[in-house]
Amino acid sequence: MTNPSIQNNPRPDRWLTIRSDGVVLVRSGKVELGQGVLTALAQIVAEELDVDPSRISMVPAGTDQSPDESYTAGSMSVPHSGGALRAVCARVRALFVAEAAARLGVPAESLRVSDGAIGAPDGPGTSYWELADAVALDREIPDAVAKAPADYRIVGQDLPRLDLPDKVAGRRRFLHDLRPHGMLFGRVVRPPSRSAVLMSVDEDAARRMPGVVAVVRDGSFLGVVAEREEDALRAQAALRSACAWEEEDSLPSERDLAAFLTSAPAEETVLADTRGDGGAVAHPVRARFTRPYLAHASIAPSCGLALWDGDRLSVWSHTQGIYKLHASICRSQRLAAEQVVVQHVEGAGCYGHNAADDAAYDAVLLARAVPDRPVQVVWTREDELTWGPLGPAMVVDVEVDVDPAGQVQRWQHDVWSNGHASRPGPPGAPLLAATHVASAETALPAGDPPLQNGGGSGRNAVPLYDLPGQLVRTHRLTTMPLRTSAMRALGAHLNVYAIESVVDELAVLAGIDPVEYRLRMLTDERARAVLQAAAERAGWGDGTPGLGIGFARYKNRGAYCAVVAEVEAETHVRVRRLTIAVDVGLVVSPDGVVNQIEGGALQALSWTTKEQVRFDARTVTSRTWEDYPILTFSEVPPVDVVLLDRPDDASLGAGEASVGPTAAAIGNALYAATGLRVRALPLTPENVVAAMDD
Amino acid sequence: MTAAEPVTLVVNGTEHEVVCDPDTPLLYVLRNDLGLVGAKFGCGLGLCGACNVLVDGHPVHSCDTPVWAVAGKQVTTVEGLGSDGRPHRLQETFVEEQALQCGYCTAGMLVTAAALLEREPDVDDAGVRRALDGNLCRCGSHNRIVRAVLGARPCGR
Ligand code: FES
Ligand code: FES
Repeated sequence: MTNPSIQNNPRPDRWLTIRSDGVVLVRSGKVELGQGVLTALAQIVAEELDVDPSRISMVPAGTDQSPDESYTAGSMSVPHSGGALRAVCARVRALFVAEAAARLGVPAESLRVSDGAIGAPDGPGTSYWELADAVALDREIPDAVAKAPADYRIVGQDLPRLDLPDKVAGRRRFLHDLRPHGMLFGRVVRPPSRSAVLMSVDEDAARRMPGVVAVVRDGSFLGVVAEREEDALRAQAALRSACAWEEEDSLPSERDLAAFLTSAPAEETVLADTRGDGGAVAHPVRARFTRPYLAHASIAPSCGLALWDGDRLSVWSHTQGIYKLHASICRSQRLAAEQVVVQHVEGAGCYGHNAADDAAYDAVLLARAVPDRPVQVVWTREDELTWGPLGPAMVVDVEVDVDPAGQVQRWQHDVWSNGHASRPGPPGAPLLAATHVASAETALPAGDPPLQNGGGSGRNAVPLYDLPGQLVRTHRLTTMPLRTSAMRALGAHLNVYAIESVVDELAVLAGIDPVEYRLRMLTDERARAVLQAAAERAGWGDGTPGLGIGFARYKNRGAYCAVVAEVEAETHVRVRRLTIAVDVGLVVSPDGVVNQIEGGALQALSWTTKEQVRFDARTVTSRTWEDYPILTFSEVPPVDVVLLDRPDDASLGAGEASVGPTAAAIGNALYAATGLRVRALPLTPENVVAAMDD
Repeated sequence: MTAAEPVTLVVNGTEHEVVCDPDTPLLYVLRNDLGLVGAKFGCGLGLCGACNVLVDGHPVHSCDTPVWAVAGKQVTTVEGLGSDGRPHRLQETFVEEQALQCGYCTAGMLVTAAALLEREPDVDDAGVRRALDGNLCRCGSHNRIVRAVLGARPCGR
């Protein structure tokens, strides 16, 4: 696998500084999103350099010093950043050992490294710290062989997460908590609906309010800056009631979303075509699956902080891509790259392209009005749920022909969806406020990453099973009524749900146990192993009612995951237990992987059974936790995760692997419990009842 | 809106005087005037628990509690949970169980759970879930949080 992280940043000094005081500074371009990645990367560095993990200091990513590793997304942080750091550290270690050997006059092979001390047993020695100034890392250095996994002592262990002590003590760690000297509080008045235009606003009342420092208006972008947070909130409310907007209908009907998605203009892409002549058809299976728009619904609304100092701009953001945000800001503000620095600071859990970048740009626009004073913008809960990028609504149609012997002859899978990628960076994906200012930039409909990068709408649309006669297509909408972008697992959520539901149906048709049926169509040993492990751990086949299974290999080349769900359905769908088996290759932090797998599964459970963005003809109407409920403690079932150990296989990333299989397992368990195939998500009582009528 | 005036409040055992509109939500006074940023803004509507603090030992949403309402009462934030320079047992079990991913919900969970354990030291799994049902977590750390709370009971696990 090629690793863009190291290809783009070959020089070791981009990644590491070894200091004479015994500290190793590590700069990764990947950022902490609450997934524990910094700890995992620190483990890899400590392992490969042979230093105690306590010597490692992870430097938060900033465009002034970190390697450019694009976005922290797609479960690629440990594969890419970890892979790059492993390679860099192996080289650096070899360089230091060679220098030590030259100085000590002994062969390099005789030297051992132990917590940074370099020496031969019973012989003279030196250390990284002594040689720190003598070994130059500001150049490309030769490749070196990394350690064999069998020799790992730190990778594969559970190291305490570096960020937890601050977080349980309530120390200043989140962007929302920063209070740089002189900081002002900014708030934005968003348009009341998607295509609303600000005709006029009476700014006077707000300007006269106590503590108000500036009111900023640029086209339909409107905001306020104040000395105190409560002043800003009051002024925001006052401004909101002093606006005259021109509004019009621009959204499709929520009630007939599938009709809109399948009839809107779209670009077709064929992802797989292995059609042959086909034979006699005994059983056609035709099924339509849908999911609504979904919200990221992070517990913190997005936040941004910016400071203008003359023509220099500093921005602090919980973005997934500091360099991409940097590029967007430079373009929209017509600034040269060296005038802008974007620094990452942690925010609340990030599950894809949320409003972090938009909030950063709000802060840039508001701070421009108050030079030399940092401005922090925090979105309202309502804006977070309504104006943040959404996970796209989707329709999947599956058509299968089965011959009289029960063999699949033809498998067709069509996906209709808006694109799953409108991340900032390239033109055409402007930050939200840049679409509201007077010289507005136009947002193009979201795109889809190509299949070789995992795909977007079509992620996991091509089944991993040996199924002949496949035709798999995506229909990406070329119009975008509601802004959509990447959300955990992208299209894999509904694609896996659909494939696994139909496979289950075929197993029932054929009178074969669903696990056995899947195993017959899978040759990949690792795929079979997770299916068998999940089934065995869950007591599959021991007579427990309401069990369903779901399986996928994330992106068809990432982690393998199988889930067994136990479901009970009386007044509503209740998941009683999830049993998960996962193979992520080499495991860096076992409990970190389990935590990610659990988190992905519970989020998928929440999406699949409860969540649905509501909207009317003009705007999103699910604005609070009451209109957009998410899973609560009393609804969370026990989750049992079996981690299959594959130390000799590359690490595959864990953040998204359990999403599709969990959703699918719940759908199939609901069938096992009730005999109903519910194909419209979420699995609310209304959708279950509607499935009875079908 | 009322004019700014001096308001006295006792937080984590220390008396503070701040000058602000007495209707200001307690959350902003804690975070902006007293530098206690542990309690978080999540919704501002009393619907998520991220802002929870204890007032006379009971969890309240500091986002919709005006600061005047806590005059003469004891406010405890996550920063004040421990004693004698030692962390609260819950702060240890949360780390042991890795009972968080992003940690944004954590302070609210910790103070709510601390009040629960005071009230009901031998609470069971279902009782913990009931007590925390108003605290949202989007990262899916729920089961770990429940384990951490059970592990912090005086009887241990
Ligand atoms: S911020 Fe107070 S309950 Fe959500
Ligand atoms: S740990 Fe992220 S919201 Fe709970």
